[in-house]
Amino acid sequence: MNTMLEARDLTKRFVKTLDLAGKIAQKLGASVREEVVHAVDHVDFSIDPGEVVGLVGESGCGKSTVGRMVAGILPPTEGKILFKGADVAGMDAADSKTAALQIQMIFQDPFASLNPRMRVQDIIGEAPIIHGIIKRAETAAYVEDIMLRVGLDPDYRRRYPHQFSGGQRQRIGIARALAVKPEFLVCDEAIAALDVSIQAQVLNIFIGLREDLSLTYLFISHDLGVVQHISDRVIIMYLGRIIEIAPTEELFKSPNHPYTKALLNEVPRLDARRRDFAPVAGEIPSPIDPPSGCHFHPRCPHATERCRNEVPLLKAVAPGRISACHLNDTH
Amino acid sequence: MTSARSTLQVEGLETYFFTKAGVVKAVDGVSFAVGRGEVMGLVGESGCGKSVTGFSIMGLVDPPGRIVGGQVLFNGENLVTASEEHMRALRGSRIAMIFQDPMMTLNPVLRIDTQMIETIRAHERIDRASARQRARDALGQVGIPSPDERLRAYPHQFSGGMRQRVAIAIALLNKPDLIIADEPTTALDVTIQGQILYEAQKLCRELGMALIWITHDLAVVAGLADKISVMYAGKVVEQGLVDDVLDHPVHPYTVGLIGSVPSHNPRGQPLAQIPGMTPSLLNLPPGCAFRTRCSRASGICEQEPRLSEPRSGHKVRCFHPCLEGHA
Repeated sequence: MNTMLEARDLTKRFVKTLDLAGKIAQKLGASVREEVVHAVDHVDFSIDPGEVVGLVGESGCGKSTVGRMVAGILPPTEGKILFKGADVAGMDAADSKTAALQIQMIFQDPFASLNPRMRVQDIIGEAPIIHGIIKRAETAAYVEDIMLRVGLDPDYRRRYPHQFSGGQRQRIGIARALAVKPEFLVCDEAIAALDVSIQAQVLNIFIGLREDLSLTYLFISHDLGVVQHISDRVIIMYLGRIIEIAPTEELFKSPNHPYTKALLNEVPRLDARRRDFAPVAGEIPSPIDPPSGCHFHPRCPHATERCRNEVPLLKAVAPGRISACHLNDTH
Repeated sequence: MTSARSTLQVEGLETYFFTKAGVVKAVDGVSFAVGRGEVMGLVGESGCGKSVTGFSIMGLVDPPGRIVGGQVLFNGENLVTASEEHMRALRGSRIAMIFQDPMMTLNPVLRIDTQMIETIRAHERIDRASARQRARDALGQVGIPSPDERLRAYPHQFSGGMRQRVAIAIALLNKPDLIIADEPTTALDVTIQGQILYEAQKLCRELGMALIWITHDLAVVAGLADKISVMYAGKVVEQGLVDDVLDHPVHPYTVGLIGSVPSHNPRGQPLAQIPGMTPSLLNLPPGCAFRTRCSRASGICEQEPRLSEPRSGHKVRCFHPCLEGHA
């Protein structure tokens, strides 16, 4: 089967190297070590053409790092990313450029991701000219077409980013990504910074674009409500590892992993009135010094001795569903 | 609403900002009441005036802003006309506020115990040892593990969720009658937000405090609040018990907001969005501020709609409330 994108054994470690003082201290016998953050820890997943995959997790779980590696902004420490079956790292220059154009990213902060000194028409029109997608003379018409597609008034094309509201800026970011005719969009918390009514507008743009341009999405978000709405399949991450992958409806109906259950339980919902909150105890551990065995065991109500010692593997729990929990072995 | 028993009653509050570009009516005639042990959700999008309402109650509006009208009755006493000295005595003791960013409350260069003991001793003549004991108890109350050790820590040694707990503990120190919480969980992760909501709910039930929970997230107040006030462009547009407002919203804006919540819609379908964007409060045109985004707007909406009460205890500021289908 043809997959759009596949991550195999994808790993990213960030190492904080010792400075001079640290190195001297180490020579003198002090217990100073390089700090290694296991941001993404041997992650495998695949995305089919036309599919919307939600990637969910709390801060520090590595979801943004996965997104950045997929988008080609960060090189993986280990493992590889296959785009349409070909290893992105092993491509020749021409193929690698094509792949880079076809995978575009939309960022969280619409205030930080646009060049404040460029006019909207240049922000949107620059890349397609450079990559030879359009001729310079066609820019105005091309930019106008894309602006209309994301619900921006083309009359504003000579304005600067600071003259727009947050929701409009996010539309500019989407327009910029669309301008190079991508097939695959990585949306990293793309609507998290927006007001509720504006969130709905931007989410509708994503839904509309998917139908019109048959795009594939990796939709990264901490907001389960948003992910539930837009995704076909959901990947749940905790502290650098994938702990569960399932089709959206099944995941929200019957979550398998205890962390997924806890997460779904905590999501505020409109129809849950004056409820009794029963939160998961404890904090998200630091990825510098993650717990042994299953990363979730210090917070898990069902943790056993085995969970403390042995890393659970992702195993099939139902057709199309995998989960990494030792509890599944006992049944 | 029962005015006699209300801890806080806000009547026609008006807070304007006199800027060079013009007058910004950030809070324009807001009224509500919160009683003992009651939680009110104050909901709205950025710039609707919900935070300024909180600051006005606390008497913390800085120039060019000024409270130009209305009353803030706290246990029957009008805080708008109270002296700065009196307000200072009330703040941190009878009324406390929790902010979105706990570092707004915490001093980064002082240990937690110093800050907590200071807060107690600013309002009460009590020796350091007893104050310390009370600080310790407050930390335990909000679920901070090993409070004795954590008292000696600095704010940067806490995680975001823990810092917010410390901020809540400080707000609780003098057992206030009213707590104003301004988006306290917005910056937190879902499981940590759940923990904070759990603590807030427990404290309200146990200590009988009145709580105003300011947020943009309807789903958060759905689980926590007893009643809701929805603000738009400086005015309360809808107000009532949580079930009435969320199950039978009557203002087109509230209807739109609820329609915009993704989990309320069938998967993959476009959301019922509100067109346009929140208006600038500077020189708002007369009439209903929502009319340019509203599908029900007509000529009469260019006049100022009054707060009406189509159902008992459920108020709305609209000429064309959505009352069909359920009377």
